[in-house]
Amino acid sequence: MSDTDSQTVFVRHQMLDPQLAPVTERGAVKWMRENLFSGTFNTILTLLGIGAVYYLVSASLPWLLNGVWNANSLSECRQIIADNGGTTGACWALIKARWHQFLFGFYPQDSYWRPVLAFGLLFVALAPVLYWNDRKGAIMVAVSGVLTVLAMIGLSSPGTVDLFTIVLMAALFALAWVMPKKLVLVTLVYPFVAFFLLWGGPIAGPISVLLGLAAAAWLVMALQPRIGSILATILAVVAVALLFLGPYPLTSLLSSALQTVTGWGLPAVNSDQFGGFLLAFVIGITSISFSLPIGVILALGRQSDMFLVKTLSVGFIEFIRGVPLITLLFTASLLLQYFLPPQTNFDLILRVIILATLFSAAYLAEVIRGGLAALPRGQYEASDALGLNYWQAQRLIIMPQALKISIPGIVSTFIGLFKDTTLVSFVGLLDPLRGVTTIVRADINWKGIYWEPYIFVGVIFFVICFGMSRYSMYLERKLKTDHR
Amino acid sequence: MALATETPDTGFRLSMLIYDTRFRAITIQVIVLILFLLFLGWLVDNTIQNLAAKDKDINFSFLWNRAGYDIDQQLIPWNNDMTHGRAAIIGLLNTLVVAFFGCIFATIIGVVVGVLRLSKNWLVSRLMTVYVEAFRNVPLLLWIILVYVVFSEIRPAPKDFRITDEMAAAGTAPAAHMNLWDSVAITNRGSNIPAPLLDRPLGGFEVFDVPINFSVLATLAVIIASILANRAFLRRVRAVQEDTGIRPTTWWKSLLILFVPVSLLLWALGLHLEYPVLKGFNFQGGIAVAHSFTALLIALSLYTGAFIAEVVRAGILAISRGQTEAAFALGMRPNRTMSLIILPQALRVIIPPLISQFLNLTKNTSLGIAVSYLDLRGTLGGITLNQTGRELECMLLMMLIYLTISLIISSIMNYFNASVKLKER
Repeated sequence: MSDTDSQTVFVRHQMLDPQLAPVTERGAVKWMRENLFSGTFNTILTLLGIGAVYYLVSASLPWLLNGVWNANSLSECRQIIADNGGTTGACWALIKARWHQFLFGFYPQDSYWRPVLAFGLLFVALAPVLYWNDRKGAIMVAVSGVLTVLAMIGLSSPGTVDLFTIVLMAALFALAWVMPKKLVLVTLVYPFVAFFLLWGGPIAGPISVLLGLAAAAWLVMALQPRIGSILATILAVVAVALLFLGPYPLTSLLSSALQTVTGWGLPAVNSDQFGGFLLAFVIGITSISFSLPIGVILALGRQSDMFLVKTLSVGFIEFIRGVPLITLLFTASLLLQYFLPPQTNFDLILRVIILATLFSAAYLAEVIRGGLAALPRGQYEASDALGLNYWQAQRLIIMPQALKISIPGIVSTFIGLFKDTTLVSFVGLLDPLRGVTTIVRADINWKGIYWEPYIFVGVIFFVICFGMSRYSMYLERKLKTDHR
Repeated sequence: MALATETPDTGFRLSMLIYDTRFRAITIQVIVLILFLLFLGWLVDNTIQNLAAKDKDINFSFLWNRAGYDIDQQLIPWNNDMTHGRAAIIGLLNTLVVAFFGCIFATIIGVVVGVLRLSKNWLVSRLMTVYVEAFRNVPLLLWIILVYVVFSEIRPAPKDFRITDEMAAAGTAPAAHMNLWDSVAITNRGSNIPAPLLDRPLGGFEVFDVPINFSVLATLAVIIASILANRAFLRRVRAVQEDTGIRPTTWWKSLLILFVPVSLLLWALGLHLEYPVLKGFNFQGGIAVAHSFTALLIALSLYTGAFIAEVVRAGILAISRGQTEAAFALGMRPNRTMSLIILPQALRVIIPPLISQFLNLTKNTSLGIAVSYLDLRGTLGGITLNQTGRELECMLLMMLIYLTISLIISSIMNYFNASVKLKER
C-alpha cells in the first residue's frame, strides 16, 4: 500500500478524546476575558475599578489594622499607635469606653436588662407575624431567647433577672413549638409589656389599660352577632372613650385599686434618659407598627368613591408628603402646645412618635395605593360578583394581593422611617447619630475624633436596614404565586 | 286571580341610613364631615385659648421688622438691617440653590451608576452595588455630618498654605497646597473657588435691592436664541432627510450654532476668572463657599444618587428583552436600538420616581440645620422664630412654602405622566 494510492480512503474507527478548550476559553482566564476585559471600554473600566479599590484599601486597611482598643483618651491612642510604629490607626477605644451611651443613652446602668429583655421579647412577638403557623417561628424564639440571656449575662444583670429570663424564654419557646398560633397572644400583650419594661413605674397602669382594652374587645365580640358589626364597632369606640377619656376614667380607678392590691413595679425611667439606639428602636418600631394600619385606611380612603372621604385623605396625604419631616418634628415640639387643650403636656417621645407615625402613614398610603391600582379591575369585579361586601372584599381578595405587590415599597418606607429617627436630635432627643456622638466628641479626652463614632453608628444602621431589605426580598420570593 | 306581587316597602326607615347601600355612603360622609369639623373646631378653639393665655396673637407684621442677624451665604444682597421677610427669601433661595445643584449632580451620579450596575463588567457592577447599598442603608444625616466634619477637621488651616521667606530660601514646600492647578483653595474654614468676572460689564439696575445684571441677561438670551436656532436647524435637516432619505451631517454645525455665539459674547464682555489668593489670615477673592453648603451638596448628591441609580436600573430592566430582540430583528444597530426603542420606553418608567426623588432631595435640604446651613428652615424657621417667638406664624409660613414647592414639582410630574402615558383603550 502506497501513499499515492488514491483509492485508499482513510476512515477513523476510534473517536478521538475531546480536546481541552483553548486556554483563553476556560477557567479563570475565560471568566476574566468575558467579565473584566471584554473590550477596550470594559478594560478601561476594570482598570479604573482596580485603581479605586486599591486606593480605598490602601487608605483604610492600615488604619483599620492599627486600631487600638485599650486607651483612655485620643492622645493616648495616638501614642500607642506611634509606639507600635504606625502612622495612622483607628481609635476604637472610644467605642469601648462609650458603647453603652451609643446603645442606651443615659438609661440607668443597673437597669440595662430591661431594654434588652424588651428587645428580646420583640422578636418573640414578631415570630408569629413573620412566620405564621410555622415552626421557624419557634426557632426564632429560641435564638432570640439565647441571645437575650447571653446579652444579659454580658451586661452583668442581677442573677434573679437572668433566671427569670431563662424560665420565661423557655416557656415561650415551648409555647411556640407546641402551639405556634397561640404565640400571637404574646404579640397582642407585647406593647404593654414593653412599655412597662422600658418606662417602669407601677405595674398597675399597663395592666389596667390592658384589661380595659380587653373588656372593650370582649364587648364587641359578644355584641356583634346580635346587633351587627357596624353598631358593635361604634359601641366599642364609645366604650373605649368612656374607659379612658370619660369624666371618671374607669381605667384609672382600676389602676389605683390594683396599685393598692399589688403595689409592685419597676423603678420609673424618665423619657429624657432614653437615648442612642434604644431611642431609635422605640420610635422606629412603634411608628412602624402603628403606621401600617393607618396607611391602609388612608389608601382605601383615597380610593374611595365617597367625595368627602377621598378629599380629606388626599389633603392629609399630600400635606404630610409635601413638608419635610423636620418641620413636622418641630410642630411636635413647638406647636402641639398650641393645638392641644391648655395645660396638656405629654411626653416629647410620645409626641414625636405620633408625628413620625402620621408621616410614614402618608407615605405608606401612597405605596399601598400603588398596589391597589396595580390590581387588575377583574379582581374587584370578581369579588363583587361573589356577593362579598366592601370590607369582606378588601379583607379576603383585594388587600392580600395589594399588600403583596407593595411589599418592596412598604419595607423601603419602613427603612426610611428608621433612618429618619435620627432627625429627632433636632428637637432635643438623644439620637445615636447626632445627640450621643456630639456628647461623646465634646468630651475633652476624645476631642478631635470623627471617623470612629460615625463608622460605628453607620455600621449598625447599615446592618439593620440591609437586613430589613433582605427580609423583604425573601418575603417577595416566598409569596410569589405566579409561575414565570 | 291575585298575583302575589309584593312590592318592596318604598317608605323610608331610619335603619336604611345604615343598612341600605344607597344611603350608607351619604351617612358615612355626613358623619365624617361632622367629626372633621368638630376636630377642626377643637384645634382652633384650643389655639385661641392658648394664644390668649400666652398673650399672643396671630400677626405676620414681624416679617417687616429688622432681622439683625448675619447670613453667611446670600444670593441677593443682605445685611443685618434688612427685614425678617427678606431673610426668609434668602433662606428660600439657599434651599433652592442647594436643591438645584443637588438634583443635577444626583442625576448624573445616578444615571452613571445605574447603567454601570447593569454592566457586564463584574468588578464595576459589584463596586456600584456596594456604593448603592452603602448609601441607601445609612441615614442621610450621617453623611452630611461626616462630610462636614471631615472637611473642617482634615483640611489644613489657611496659615499652612503660606510660603514664608525662610521656606522660599530653603526651597521647601508649604504644608498644604491648593487643588485643581492652584485654582481651588479648601481650608478648614471654607472653600474658595474661582469667580467668573467681566472686564466690560453691561451694567444693570436694582429692583427691591435685588441687582439685575444685564450681562447675565444677555448671556441667557444668547443661549436661548442658540438653542432655538439649533432646533430650527434640526427641523430643516429632518425635512431634508424625509425628502431625500439622506441625513446631512449635523453634529459640527449644531456645535457651532450652540457654542460660537455665546463664546463670542463672553469674549466681547471680557470674561476671565478671578483666583483665590492668600491674603492676611485667610484666602481672599473668588467665590467663598461655606463648608456647610459643600457638605450638604455632596451628601445629598451621593445619597440621592444611590436612589436614582436604583430607579434608572429598574427602568432599564423593566423594558422586556423582546423589545431589544425585535429592534435587532428589524436590523437596527445597538446604539439606535438604545436611543429609539429602549430609552423612550425606559424614560416613561424612570421619570415619575426620578421626580419624586428630586422632591425628596428638596425636602431633605432642610437637614442643613445639622451643619448650620441657613436655608429656609434656618432663617425663617430657625433664627427668626427664636428671635420673634412667633412659632405659629413662622411654622405655618414655612410649611406653606415647602408645600408649594412640593406641589409645583408634583404637578409637573403629573403633567408629564399624563403626557407620556400609554394611550390604550
